Amino acid sequence: MKSKKVWKFFFLVPVILYVTLLIALPLLYILFISFLKSDYYGGMISSFTIQNYIDVFDQVYVSVFLKSIAIAGITTLICILISYPFVLAISHKKPRTQKILMTLVMVPFLTNSLIRMYGWLVLLRKSGVINQVLLGIGVIEEPLSLMYNTFGILVGMVYTLLPFMILPLYSSISTVDNRLLEAASDLGASKFKTFFKIIVPQTLPGLFNGSLMVFTPALGYFFITDILGGGKFMILGNLIKNQFLTARNWPFGAAISIVLVLVTCVFIFLYRKLGGKMDDLGGAS
Amino acid sequence: MKKIMENLYLVLVFLFLFLPIAVLILFSFNTSKLNIVFQGFTFHWYFDLFQNRTLLEALFHTLIVAGVSTVISVIVGTISAYGLHKYSFKGKNLINGLLYIPVVIPEIVLGIALLSVYTLLELELGLFTLILAHICFCIPFVIISVRSVLEGMDPHIEEVASDLGASKFQIFTKIVIPMLMPGILSGAQLALTLSLDDVVISYFTAGPGANTLPLQVYSMIKTGITPDVNALITIMLGIVFIILTISTVVQLRRFKKESSV
Amino acid sequence: MKKVILKIEGLKKSFGSKEVIKDFDLNIYEGEFLTLLGSSGCGKTTILRMIAGLDSVTEGHIYIDEKEVTTLDPKYREVNTIFQNYALFPLMTVEENIGFGLKMKKVDKKVIKQRVQEMLELVHLQGYEKRMPKELSGGEQQRVSIARALINKPKVLLLDEPLSALDQKLRKSMQLELKQLQKKLGITFIYVTHSQDEALTMSDRIVLLKDGKIEQVDTPIKIYEHPNSLYTAQFLGESNLFTGTVSVVDEKYTLVNVDDQVLKILSQKWKVDDSLDIILRPENIKIDVKNKQENVLEGKIVESIYDGASTKLMIRVQKRLISAMYLGNDKLYSKGQVVSVSWDIEDAIVLKRDVYEK
Repeated sequence: MKSKKVWKFFFLVPVILYVTLLIALPLLYILFISFLKSDYYGGMISSFTIQNYIDVFDQVYVSVFLKSIAIAGITTLICILISYPFVLAISHKKPRTQKILMTLVMVPFLTNSLIRMYGWLVLLRKSGVINQVLLGIGVIEEPLSLMYNTFGILVGMVYTLLPFMILPLYSSISTVDNRLLEAASDLGASKFKTFFKIIVPQTLPGLFNGSLMVFTPALGYFFITDILGGGKFMILGNLIKNQFLTARNWPFGAAISIVLVLVTCVFIFLYRKLGGKMDDLGGAS
Repeated sequence: MKKIMENLYLVLVFLFLFLPIAVLILFSFNTSKLNIVFQGFTFHWYFDLFQNRTLLEALFHTLIVAGVSTVISVIVGTISAYGLHKYSFKGKNLINGLLYIPVVIPEIVLGIALLSVYTLLELELGLFTLILAHICFCIPFVIISVRSVLEGMDPHIEEVASDLGASKFQIFTKIVIPMLMPGILSGAQLALTLSLDDVVISYFTAGPGANTLPLQVYSMIKTGITPDVNALITIMLGIVFIILTISTVVQLRRFKKESSV
Repeated sequence: MKKVILKIEGLKKSFGSKEVIKDFDLNIYEGEFLTLLGSSGCGKTTILRMIAGLDSVTEGHIYIDEKEVTTLDPKYREVNTIFQNYALFPLMTVEENIGFGLKMKKVDKKVIKQRVQEMLELVHLQGYEKRMPKELSGGEQQRVSIARALINKPKVLLLDEPLSALDQKLRKSMQLELKQLQKKLGITFIYVTHSQDEALTMSDRIVLLKDGKIEQVDTPIKIYEHPNSLYTAQFLGESNLFTGTVSVVDEKYTLVNVDDQVLKILSQKWKVDDSLDIILRPENIKIDVKNKQENVLEGKIVESIYDGASTKLMIRVQKRLISAMYLGNDKLYSKGQVVSVSWDIEDAIVLKRDVYEK
């Protein structure tokens, strides 16, 4: 009976240590320093203040917040628009083909996302491949500005996050009963109606899952705005990064992060309310 | 007609997904030093690569970090998933809830939080802190993946094994682990992918001594990237592709076998 | 007197503040087929699991072959368990499954192989060595799990509803097979079930449990024909119940007022004004028998159910619905027919009310 305790210890201690030291401690510490003052040398003064949270609502920062949310929102929307026809088309294939195609979706993932952004840089810049090709075949006379603007950022965001939308949508669409679709078309429902009345409601959990997994990272991917936005564009990620590494105002950076976490919590709350399961967010299925 | 449209659409999306990678591979064989126009075919950059110590070091770091953090995440994650499934204790719900944090919060928050704690504990940023950070965001994915298999497991199986004289250790290694293998493997694949793909958290937790390939590329973008980087990326992609092909073929075989039974 | 192989003394089990087993005492004899019978939640599986060592004992003692095992790990107890869902190791072949126990004991590989062969023969599965569990039918899987348990030559085999996942027909034939196996090997079986059929057909003794306590321990015949409580009577088999009060007692007979009728029973120790339950099994109900004076009731047939071997009638007698059963298919009675209902006076099971109503 004593050995039972030892085993329980063995199976539980690692996870308890992990959760306390690598999850709870860092987040509580961030919460803690968000209430400190920073000094001019990048250090922190241990006196309690809520000034950082008041500063977050400064017009300058509010506009960054809004812009981030706009970019993340548009990215999510575009991902949804691309993914639905994509997973529908895939679901019409044979099971074996489906498996191969879905694996192919994962392949680009296995190279680092920053390296893929570099690939886009090579494609999109003024002297880039796309402009060269278009100039070469005479479609355009002047090179197009495909990056260092919102367009470039959106291409990068959509590209990086698209699989996060495709995977959950695909797994939820494979649960849609095919007979239901056949019945619908038998009853004379138009394609349009079938889609909105049957497919969308049945894939709603996958849709929310995907939206959550696209929207939240999009708020923080500073390297995409850095590379494809040319440093002119700021999203929350850039703001936090700058506070921590350039401006060295950790308390303020921490306060922005906490606000970001709260925003995320709202979305997760909504996701749970709509019947989403936390385990599905892992993408492990 | 509908089918043609569908296939055309699939091709377009895949083109979008593979275009930036294809371009990098193409330019790794380009004679020109600039990644602008393809001028001629050469292996020159591949030879150059082996002279470039900074790049090779970055590659080495990337592989070490991905390998070590995957192995540790899989071990800790499997043990934890089993422990959380099997035992009940005070605060279990809290632990379970906290486990989702790395999955759902923006990576940048986790990155700066870890950086702050490292500074607090006066840990010097380097490979160790980087690996620790990668373990931090990989473990929950392994746990979720292993747990989904555990939930479908018949609890009597372990009891039978103990009834037949197997020790707790034998039960775990000979009965439970083999049964969890599908979950462990997909958890490992997930951990490896996440580790290789990560930029944001690495950016804050790596430090000067532990440049990984993406961080190296990031710093080079501002100064200009030489095609030996393309060569390196191509080699890595080749390796990854081979691994993936093997695992897909194995999976497809199993898939076929299962559907034929 | 047979040897006691398993002795349970003052066994108690609580989950949290909930006491599920209350003071359980039982001797189980060598070579016996004992059934723990009860509805779900009565604690029968918990008792089995405590004997196996899978659940801890809150209070009390368990002895196997005179050796106390109360706190021993399962592996040190000479008992093995068979579960309802077979619990075969899915990644091992039939051979590896059956040989697992011996392998854990580090028995020589050749010996294991030979013993596995014997076991396969015992459960009629020769030639199945290399199959995987998922390639087997439910019945075959259960045989493998039996062989896997028996290879260890346990002193007691514990079976937790082993047949309930099988279909009706297979269940019947497996019942027979298990019974034969037990006779052949002479191993003590402790069998947990909620099915009274299974308990009655297979057991040497039945332990009927109610809310974590023994209600009655007896042979199937005794427990069916002489239940010592209404609960037992109603749990095992169907029963028609008449509740009434004693009005007259003489040397031989006692009269009982039931509603506005008077029923006659054999005198035992009944006293006037005793509350009695009179229980009659459907097969003891006689219909339209001539020359009967006492215990004759008039009724109307409301349902007639023919199930091949027997026919069951539901007869309305005033407010009461009486069920009767007779063998054969002579469709003598039809719905709506008025019949007389009676029984032999010695077939009535009579219980005093206050004995079990507290």
